[in-house]
Amino acid sequence: MAKFDLDDDSIVVVIGSGAGGGTLSNELAQKGVKVVCLEAGGRYDIGDFVNDEWASFAQLAWKDKRTTSGTWRVAKDFPELPAWIVKAVGGTTTHWAGASLRFQDHEWKARSTYGDIEGAQLLDWPIDGTEMAPWYAKAESKMGTTGTNDIPRLPGNNNFKILHAGATKLGYKEVHTGNMSINSKPRDDRASCQQLGFCFQGCKMGAKWSTLYTEIPKGESTGNLEVRPNAHVVQIEHDPSGKISGVVYADGDGKMQRQKARIVALAGNSIESPRLLLNSHSALFPHGLANGAGHVGRHYMRHTTGSVYAVFDKPVHMYRGTTMAGIVQDEARNDPSRGYVGGFELETISLGVPFMAAFLSPGSWGRDFTSTLDRYDRMAGMWIVGEDMPQASNCVTLNAEFKDEHGMPIANVHYDDHPNDEAMRNHAYKQGVALYEAVGANRTILTPPYPSTHNLGTNRMSEKADDGVVNRWGQTHEVRNLFISDGSVFTTSAAENPTLTIVALAIRQADHLAGMMSRNEI
Amino acid sequence: MRMVDKATRLGRREFLRTTASAAAVVAVAPTVSGEALAEPLKTVASPTVGTLVQMARDLYPHDALPNKFYQTAVAIIDTQVAESPATINLLADGAAELDAAAKKLKGMPYTAIANEADRVAVLRSIESTPFFSRMRSGMVTALYDQHTLWVKFGYEGPSFENGGYLHRGFNDLDWLP
Repeated sequence: MAKFDLDDDSIVVVIGSGAGGGTLSNELAQKGVKVVCLEAGGRYDIGDFVNDEWASFAQLAWKDKRTTSGTWRVAKDFPELPAWIVKAVGGTTTHWAGASLRFQDHEWKARSTYGDIEGAQLLDWPIDGTEMAPWYAKAESKMGTTGTNDIPRLPGNNNFKILHAGATKLGYKEVHTGNMSINSKPRDDRASCQQLGFCFQGCKMGAKWSTLYTEIPKGESTGNLEVRPNAHVVQIEHDPSGKISGVVYADGDGKMQRQKARIVALAGNSIESPRLLLNSHSALFPHGLANGAGHVGRHYMRHTTGSVYAVFDKPVHMYRGTTMAGIVQDEARNDPSRGYVGGFELETISLGVPFMAAFLSPGSWGRDFTSTLDRYDRMAGMWIVGEDMPQASNCVTLNAEFKDEHGMPIANVHYDDHPNDEAMRNHAYKQGVALYEAVGANRTILTPPYPSTHNLGTNRMSEKADDGVVNRWGQTHEVRNLFISDGSVFTTSAAENPTLTIVALAIRQADHLAGMMSRNEI
Repeated sequence: MRMVDKATRLGRREFLRTTASAAAVVAVAPTVSGEALAEPLKTVASPTVGTLVQMARDLYPHDALPNKFYQTAVAIIDTQVAESPATINLLADGAAELDAAAKKLKGMPYTAIANEADRVAVLRSIESTPFFSRMRSGMVTALYDQHTLWVKFGYEGPSFENGGYLHRGFNDLDWLP
């Protein structure tokens, strides 16, 4: 495995090892580019994962303190846990469910399609579905996405059977077990899904794609990639001309290290990435790096979400099998006659007893609550994933009142639902209830959003420098050798789970970056 | 469909342990149910334990669960609050607060109120206190993360060791029309 010197200023430093950073690191390494990938969390093996919700949360989740504000329900239920994401090598690809959906063509052009929505700062992406199609194809092939590349879809579990029966009764047509980056048969030296039911806790079969055991070891085997776990970057530095010169990070012993770099690519997720840019302010960049137009941290999106759980007469055992292999896509279209723009997906979801107790109805107690849990084995569940509106006032900012263990201000996450988000959620809840009642549900529970798993938009991509933070390649408008490589570049959120798009963008970015480097343009 | 057996079964060893510990302390610390904890709590005196256990059951009542799960939950919360000087008196003071509220509303201590709905009314009257908040939120993990309790809800817990559910009923639902 490669080992690079701290003073080596010829390398690319990638911050973060998840869907964006892990993929970018490998893609660059495959092209002969020398990469140091700095990951704030520790490195685990597949064998370390545990089929135990709270124990796994303690092992993998990003638990460093954050604060919240705004009228979103998460701020009330989980004031110090706005997001449910991972701090470990592999990032949130250890925790993700595997749903891998392409954007619909119109979603790249939200402003043109939806028009001017009051209170929203909609913008078209500077790229479109045609340009992204070959990159999506590469991502699906890399990840082994079912329903693509002649890879059969996963078999449906009991939770899917209920979803499918109810959806069919409502007249929905696009109902299947999804496009999942989970092996339905052995592929890429990884096993097939054994229906463990612990997708969120790190797949102990390695059947689910995660950069931890695909991109990262592949990159390391080229001799061009060094991954440093427990390396928490606290600042990105620049030279007097404003060009990025390297990063400062706290190593596993809490000791500060300075790694020089030719280029820095930031992929720390939509909360940590803007936080790091803001914490990297200097005399030359008084409001933070790449923040000349004031957009760093703004337009935070987290998808319009919610869950519907239903209680039936007879057993379901929804926890058995692949958590999210089940989808209804009929409502994903844009149809303003429903009372809102954009659309949503309905996907199967299940939680074990420990998480169900915590998330079904946060704050509830007494018999109304426990009578549902008493029927745990008779419950079915679905998750709503819909496009939310970008609002400049929804933002990640520094909370100067609190510092982390390295002395850096922590992030505050502010979010207010837009009326469009609320109208969509209410309609999705209504459809979810109707779906389950169509197959005999005795009772349905409307579960509010969990801490955000889809964190998007805080360094958004824009054609014009005045409208966002990065250009069509994820290169910051303001700093030539600083790139962003995670979901924070999303101009708009679309209705689809974001990982496939993050991976496709990272593959495309690596291609462009390696080209620029070989042409000495950077 | 492959069903999950939810019945409570006490093995001989557990039966002996439970009865022995109950016999040992029942004389000094009777609780409402006549059971008691094997170990004394760290932050509350014995007579108060029964109040907290009853409150725990009233917060998250499951008729299928024997009291030992609620006792364990209270012991877990007790261990947590014992770790900080800021919370070390929270349970003892809180239980006193709860009894005071019970006397005010119903004219008797909390555990003496026979009707669950009446006890719930007392709980509602202290819902905004830090004590209530800590007990309620603490119970979410202290109760439901007890692994031996999962089967009572028909939840089977870890599956990897058993080869997952591929051959153990992931798609065995057979009652849909």
